[in-house]
Amino acid sequence: MLKCRTVWKKLAPLARDSSTLCRQDVRRAGLNNGSAVRVPAAHMSSGSAGGGGENKLYVLLVGAACLGGGIYAYRTVKGDQQRYMERMAEISSRPHKAASQKTAVPAQSEPPAAAATETGTVPEPKPGAAPSPEEPSPAAPGAEAAAPSETTEPPPAVDSTPASTKVPSHAPYLLIGGGTASFAAARSIRARDPGARVLIITNEPDLPYMRPPLSKELWFSDDPSVTETLRFKQWNGKERSIYFQPQSFYIQPEELNSAENGGVAVLTGKKVIHMDVRGNKVKLDDDTEILYDKCLIATGGVPRNLQAIERAGEKVTKRTTLFRKIEDFKSLDKVSRNAKSITIIGGGFLGSELACALGRRSADFDLEVIQMFPEKGNMGKVLPEYLSNWTTEKVKKEGVKIISEALVKSVTYKDDKLEIQLKDGRLVKTDHIVAAVGLEPNVDLAKSAGLEVDSDFGGFRVNAELQARSNIWVAGDAACFYDIRLGRRRVEHHDHAVVSGRLAGENMTGASKPYWHQSMFWSDLGPDVGYEAIGIVDSSLPTVGVFAKATAKDTPKAATEKSGTGIRSESETEDTAVSPVASSTPAPAVEQQRDNYGKGVIFYLRDKVVVGIILWNVFNRMPIARKIIKDGEEHADLNEVAKLFNIHED
Amino acid sequence: MSYCRQEGKDRIIFVTKEDHETPSNAELIADDPNDPYEEQGLILPNGDINWNCPCLGGMASGPCGSQFKEAFSCFHYSKEEVKGSECIDYFRNMQECMQKYPELYPQEEDKESSTQAESDTGSASAAPTEGSALSPETDATPSTSSLPSDSVSTTDSQAAS
Repeated sequence: MLKCRTVWKKLAPLARDSSTLCRQDVRRAGLNNGSAVRVPAAHMSSGSAGGGGENKLYVLLVGAACLGGGIYAYRTVKGDQQRYMERMAEISSRPHKAASQKTAVPAQSEPPAAAATETGTVPEPKPGAAPSPEEPSPAAPGAEAAAPSETTEPPPAVDSTPASTKVPSHAPYLLIGGGTASFAAARSIRARDPGARVLIITNEPDLPYMRPPLSKELWFSDDPSVTETLRFKQWNGKERSIYFQPQSFYIQPEELNSAENGGVAVLTGKKVIHMDVRGNKVKLDDDTEILYDKCLIATGGVPRNLQAIERAGEKVTKRTTLFRKIEDFKSLDKVSRNAKSITIIGGGFLGSELACALGRRSADFDLEVIQMFPEKGNMGKVLPEYLSNWTTEKVKKEGVKIISEALVKSVTYKDDKLEIQLKDGRLVKTDHIVAAVGLEPNVDLAKSAGLEVDSDFGGFRVNAELQARSNIWVAGDAACFYDIRLGRRRVEHHDHAVVSGRLAGENMTGASKPYWHQSMFWSDLGPDVGYEAIGIVDSSLPTVGVFAKATAKDTPKAATEKSGTGIRSESETEDTAVSPVASSTPAPAVEQQRDNYGKGVIFYLRDKVVVGIILWNVFNRMPIARKIIKDGEEHADLNEVAKLFNIHED
Repeated sequence: MSYCRQEGKDRIIFVTKEDHETPSNAELIADDPNDPYEEQGLILPNGDINWNCPCLGGMASGPCGSQFKEAFSCFHYSKEEVKGSECIDYFRNMQECMQKYPELYPQEEDKESSTQAESDTGSASAAPTEGSALSPETDATPSTSSLPSDSVSTTDSQAAS
């Protein structure tokens, strides 16, 4: 392109000069009518010969030059067009070649063939340039400039052959990361773009799966082979796998470009280590390069660890689990059957859920379960203090020994036990540690891709439409996005991964929708305490809680039984009524002490506007909560708002 | 009688059933059914089918997605007396495709998730419908294909739907 411009710059003055010269000569000839007087032409670089005869010769030479140039230009354009058509035909025939012969040989022979056609066509313009002797040099660069622009697609075919024939060299939709957000995006893309070809790249060995059961339902399974099958029974009795779809749903990566109706292919065990945004391509850890048209980064995060554990040495880290993946679940399950004592560090969602799950097992396996955290009570950063304390009591009832206000100073390995030294002097001895102290969003690609990372929340900074840059979107745990209603935030919940993944998929297929449908989250702490929440639920905000007295019917178990669905976000979003299953024990409302927070609604306020709501043991009301957050209104009396939830009914 | 307590910045109110019997005077803003930002139901405001509706589960995105879309579109736009009677071929194609993937489309029941979704549209077009299709209680099924939506809800991710 630049060469064209320089060529034009060279040609332009020449053309201009010659044309003005022509005009001047003609005018002069007309005016002077053969007079020998020559008007001095100050701006003429190419001096005109004196006299009409020489003028005529000059005109002839210039005319010939123009004609030759015109012929050459015409032939070049035609040649380029022909080369382009040849190239397109070749590219479209290549997938057929690749599909029919699954060895490395055709891939090797193709690039030389491609190179041959390239070099074959380049000499073509050169003979064409011969008639116009003045312009051979600017022409050749012009032809070469045309050639590289056509070959941006094929080069990866040359590079990728040594690595593996299984990896396609080009994926129209490339999703980095194989978790919930990625799967939701894949589904959304396929629904909206018929025949879409989607490639998911994940560094885990597993197909996309859902995480919530790893710390909840899978632990309550009666099946001894649950660590292999990874199937869990939902409370409505229906069983399902944690995998979103079985293997047969996906197509093989090598079939991606040839499949008639497209499909979703998953490349497992590969990590994307480099992203070239200008070239629209990524590089894997085995040096394979893949071109993309649209890319989603859904890399999620990596569990954080305590510094005290990291510097404690291998004997300690070997006995520590950072819980996130299927393999962590498997190994912790094994540990829980053999160890005598497990300590969970962290009092948030994951830590509390695991504590309750392991606490249930403690009776069967003679296992001591300890949970320690810096806050005063479980979920101390989420629930207001009174509720956090109440919840802690419930967790204790599940068989967990709680050590609150505990800050870990150091961890050592002594006498075949781990010794956790707390800052206030207490010492805890245990066999195994589970660290549930937060998630570090995975922004490894930010550097190579030149993407912005948010300093407040971590993660890739994206706009309200989840876009980081043209053709690059980010969804799930790793996305720090702009929520039109609630401001910039980063959310680490399952439903958010689904909602943002789906939205990213929509925007990748041409929509421009902002994050608008508020995602929800839920947690169960044993069979008696369950809550669902939406929006910003931060215990540092002022709250207003409206409670009623709970009956036996107000438990998570009863809620899902009634609605006939298995997992909370499913039941929460059904609008049509289902005939309720009669609960087995229709117990009358038990008169309990006044401070029993059996069920209710808690509003979280920011500048008098409700920004978050927790539905405490109250289910199937999420749409109302979502509406209140969406409105973003100041309500004078929140008790009136609480009436909308009908907390006394089932 | 309700009673109220303040613990620092947190307010706690206990209410009885009677306290909440009077209708709420809280004002909610009316929803705009044509708001482009909102999640749409199965049928979009302009009458088209929303293939990305969570209620369809993975039907439109799986290996038999294109067959499903053809069949359901034909049914949806059918103006025949017996709706969808001219779409038999499409439904047959779809069934053939689904039989190739028994894991994904278990052939247990004779219910049609597409007709269920269609009958849902009347009630649910304005409201966003999420979650898998419900246990079907469908009316007449115009075709021979069997699409057990129960199995759809078990095989598909509730989360992604």
